[in-house]
Amino acid sequence: MEFSELIRTGQAQAELLRGPEAPPLRGTLCVTGHHLLLSPGPQATPDLWLLLLRSVDSIEKRVAGDCGTITLRCKDLRVLQLDIEGVEATLNIARSIEGLRLGDAWHFHPPERYYKRVARETNAWRLSEANEDFSLCPSYPRAVIVPRAVNDDALALTARFRQGGRFPVLSYHHAPSRTVLLRSSQPLIGPQKRRCAEDEALLRAVLAGSRPGARGFIVDTRSAQTAKQARMTGGGTEAKAAYPGWKRLHRPLERGRPLQESFVHLVEACGDLEQSMDHWLSRLAGCRWLAHVKEALSTACLAAQGMEREGACILVHGAEGTDSTLVVTSLAQLILDPSSRTMAGFQELVEREWIQAGHPFQLRCAHSAFSHARPKHEAPTFLLFLDCVWQLGRQFPLSLEFGEGMLLALFDHAYASPFGTFLCNSEQERCLCEVRTRTHSLWSGLNQLKEQRKLRNPLYVPNPLALWPSVEPQSLRLWQGLFLRWTRPPEPSEAAWEKVWQIVTDQEKTEGSQPTVSASELQL
Amino acid sequence: MEHIRTTKVEQVKLLDRFSSSNKALTGTLYLTATHLLFIDFHQKETWILHHHIASVEKLALTTSGCPLVIQCKNFRTVHFIVPRERDCHDIYNSLLQLSKQAKYEDLYAFSYNPKQNDSERLRGWQLIDLAEEYQRMGVPNSNWQLSDANRDYKICETYPKELYVPRIASKPIIVGSSKFRSKGRFPVLSYYHQSKEAAICRCSQPLSGFSARCLEDEHLLQAISKANPANHYMYVVDTRPRLNAMANRAAGKGYENEDNYSNIRFQFVGIENIHVMRSSLQRLLEVSGSRGLSVGDLYSGLQSSGWLRHVQAVLGAAVVLAKAVTTESASVLVHCSDGWDRTSQVCSLGSLLLDPYYRTVRGFMVLIEKDWISFGHKFSERCGHLDGDPKEVSPVFTQFLECVWHLTEQFPQAFEFNEAFLLQIHEHIHSCQFGNFIGNCQKEREELKLKEKTYSLWPFLLEDRVKYLNPLYQPQAQEFAVLEPNTVSFNFKFWRNMYHQFDRTLHPRQSVFNIIANMNEQNKQLENDIKDLESKATNE
Repeated sequence: MEFSELIRTGQAQAELLRGPEAPPLRGTLCVTGHHLLLSPGPQATPDLWLLLLRSVDSIEKRVAGDCGTITLRCKDLRVLQLDIEGVEATLNIARSIEGLRLGDAWHFHPPERYYKRVARETNAWRLSEANEDFSLCPSYPRAVIVPRAVNDDALALTARFRQGGRFPVLSYHHAPSRTVLLRSSQPLIGPQKRRCAEDEALLRAVLAGSRPGARGFIVDTRSAQTAKQARMTGGGTEAKAAYPGWKRLHRPLERGRPLQESFVHLVEACGDLEQSMDHWLSRLAGCRWLAHVKEALSTACLAAQGMEREGACILVHGAEGTDSTLVVTSLAQLILDPSSRTMAGFQELVEREWIQAGHPFQLRCAHSAFSHARPKHEAPTFLLFLDCVWQLGRQFPLSLEFGEGMLLALFDHAYASPFGTFLCNSEQERCLCEVRTRTHSLWSGLNQLKEQRKLRNPLYVPNPLALWPSVEPQSLRLWQGLFLRWTRPPEPSEAAWEKVWQIVTDQEKTEGSQPTVSASELQL
Repeated sequence: MEHIRTTKVEQVKLLDRFSSSNKALTGTLYLTATHLLFIDFHQKETWILHHHIASVEKLALTTSGCPLVIQCKNFRTVHFIVPRERDCHDIYNSLLQLSKQAKYEDLYAFSYNPKQNDSERLRGWQLIDLAEEYQRMGVPNSNWQLSDANRDYKICETYPKELYVPRIASKPIIVGSSKFRSKGRFPVLSYYHQSKEAAICRCSQPLSGFSARCLEDEHLLQAISKANPANHYMYVVDTRPRLNAMANRAAGKGYENEDNYSNIRFQFVGIENIHVMRSSLQRLLEVSGSRGLSVGDLYSGLQSSGWLRHVQAVLGAAVVLAKAVTTESASVLVHCSDGWDRTSQVCSLGSLLLDPYYRTVRGFMVLIEKDWISFGHKFSERCGHLDGDPKEVSPVFTQFLECVWHLTEQFPQAFEFNEAFLLQIHEHIHSCQFGNFIGNCQKEREELKLKEKTYSLWPFLLEDRVKYLNPLYQPQAQEFAVLEPNTVSFNFKFWRNMYHQFDRTLHPRQSVFNIIANMNEQNKQLENDIKDLESKATNE
């Protein structure tokens, strides 16, 4: 994680009072990502004093004249006082500590952060703030990543040609193949077969900014028939002639009510303890949930394969581009990008590809599977994504840093949460509701140390390769940990995981202790 | 060797039946006296034992050559393309001959030579000693004794010589009862639960017809009841569906009439017969082996094959046994028709639930020796070792292994062994490489002189013990003393690692199991190193 953005002032001169018994310490005060440092200079003892920011329980600041005082109350009951030279410095340091001690993850994952990474890999893309006031696209964040060759005026025109203003933006840059993954909503072709020069130019610019001679694939998550029918209501799909170099592929994914019904039926089946084997298997087949998992995973594989194996750029969209589109783009990244498989990377992926990308969590997760009300906007799209991730984790049990606990937590919090992370349907709504200032972030909640063991995969080993899952039905499993969480006793498997943890910890312990013993032998 | 016309064919292609890309491996096919061997251009070898071959099929000629599809009993399916039809035809004919043997002496075990001398071989056969096992259970004791009634296989050809019966059951009673039971398989002890003093006994169906009675048989059941001081009644579990049992009455067989036997509680548990099981698994494999399978196809195939329903029924019956013993301290008598298929499944699984010993590597071998091999499960007929009646072939033992696998899934810490152990045993019931599973009963095995002419599988498995250990095993955990599996439908799933064990692309790409096992090994190693170093340090 990058904490540097939270550090307002690097250094200041200060005096530290550590209570009546210890002598005061004078020196240079310094804030880092995790620590507060005071360096009294080489002659002093100790020559360095340091405090873990996470151990700060509360912080209080006072200014008088041209110096200030910060009082830190720590979780171990210590009270420390820092007298700092300069009002500005005092306030900045106080704010930095404030931000860092909570691990205030609200600021960790915006597109700007991802853009920094992209900018290191290629200069074909730029961060555009054309949507600063959400006027281009109400469901996009303020800043989006677009081809450098396309200016903000062109973006505004493209936005008008895409449903809900969701013009094509960068989702992921795959550096090894120099290709990109984009997402958008459907173009508003309509019955008159409208065209939009700026939209066409944007996709041309994408290919031009990629590796020379790159082709593009448009993965439409609707069937060709549905996409064509959408023209009657003003939508549609890209005409072949208008987008040279781009080839369209249709991979119909279920969404909306059918997906919600599939979820409801599966949960119903999972709650019936008396049913015969035949009934259970026919309900499992009939609800089609695993079929949806298979389709989602194969479409993600298709997109990832297009980039990695064929060196093609990929644009994914369905109709609105806020549901199955996101399933595909986020899964494709998990398949290709090792950094998205870490604890922090996965949180960033969810934040960037789901929350910031405008998946309407409030609408989709208003009710879960038990509501008697007729579903209007509910759909377990996010759960489908989590299930696919779980399948990936089962097939590559060493390659994800997070475990099943993390996926369960995300499912729980998406539907009901004391944290603000999944509130609202878009960035714009979150700004209006002041979610960031009035609620806490789930990420900082999850990243507290005591939660970690439940969320982590003890066997994680970073894997630099792409993860190509098998999508054959024999390779997919019902996610029992979620769907049967309350209907079957979890004890045996939990105890087994506890044992795994124990073995891993033993391993670290014995490996850690060996060198010391060897050292002692050397001394003999 | 006279069946082998062509020993080597080059430029043969091996297709992967699930890989979406139609890439084939090119290599050379060799035919030996015991194996079919394919060496691809990476020098990777695929060995297929002739005994493992269930069927060979020559498909219509294609432009690239002549396709040859081989289905194996260990669920391997290979699809070769042989460039010349003539070669394909020769291999096809050779394999047809080689995969079906007419006599036991032609089986691999009689020529297999692992370079051991006679005393090593004998020690191998003595590794599992059933007399020792009955002693471990606590018999003979004041209520149970060893009977020599079947010393020369006179009363029952398919039973072992050593049988444990209630002490109060005299020889005339035993002989009388055996005449009233199919194939003479009278009620004998299968498992004795020492602390509950309750017994699991097994037999075949009574020849009761519509009204026949046998006083000796009634006496023997009463004797079993009385041998249990904790409880005055016993359960009689007929593992067949009621309808099948009733139909048997017309043939002069049938089931116990509660009115004729004092203090028995009779019940059916409804496990289908070997023919239903055979076609059920066949149907399942047809579905799961088809290309381009959809999720819906797989689950409706699972349903229509009925396989998981059968597995559930078998495990459910074992739970009935374990419950009777643990919660009521009651003895149970189990039978089906002949008492060597369903009865073996249910008795052995019941014991496995009750006794943690059977969940160890060695204990599991003992369990198989006792309830399957010695009590006359017809391995050679059920596995089709010789060219015989295809109607006698049935995956009864495979189904038993699957039940055990389901238990290991539900209780990941209760078993000392892992899935690889189950797969390896399954491999060898068909391989005929070792003598253990050859023949249909002990008498036949003695006549074949298997202990002199072949080797026992168990010492070879024990040698590789490390490979078969479950790193999560908690031998001391009290909660696993008696397993109470949940038999609700959703606990049963398709055993991909058995039925697709050779279809690599379907499996997880990384194995948790291996990594944990390695860590465990390393931990032990390092701990030992530390101890060594520490003792050196203190000695200095």
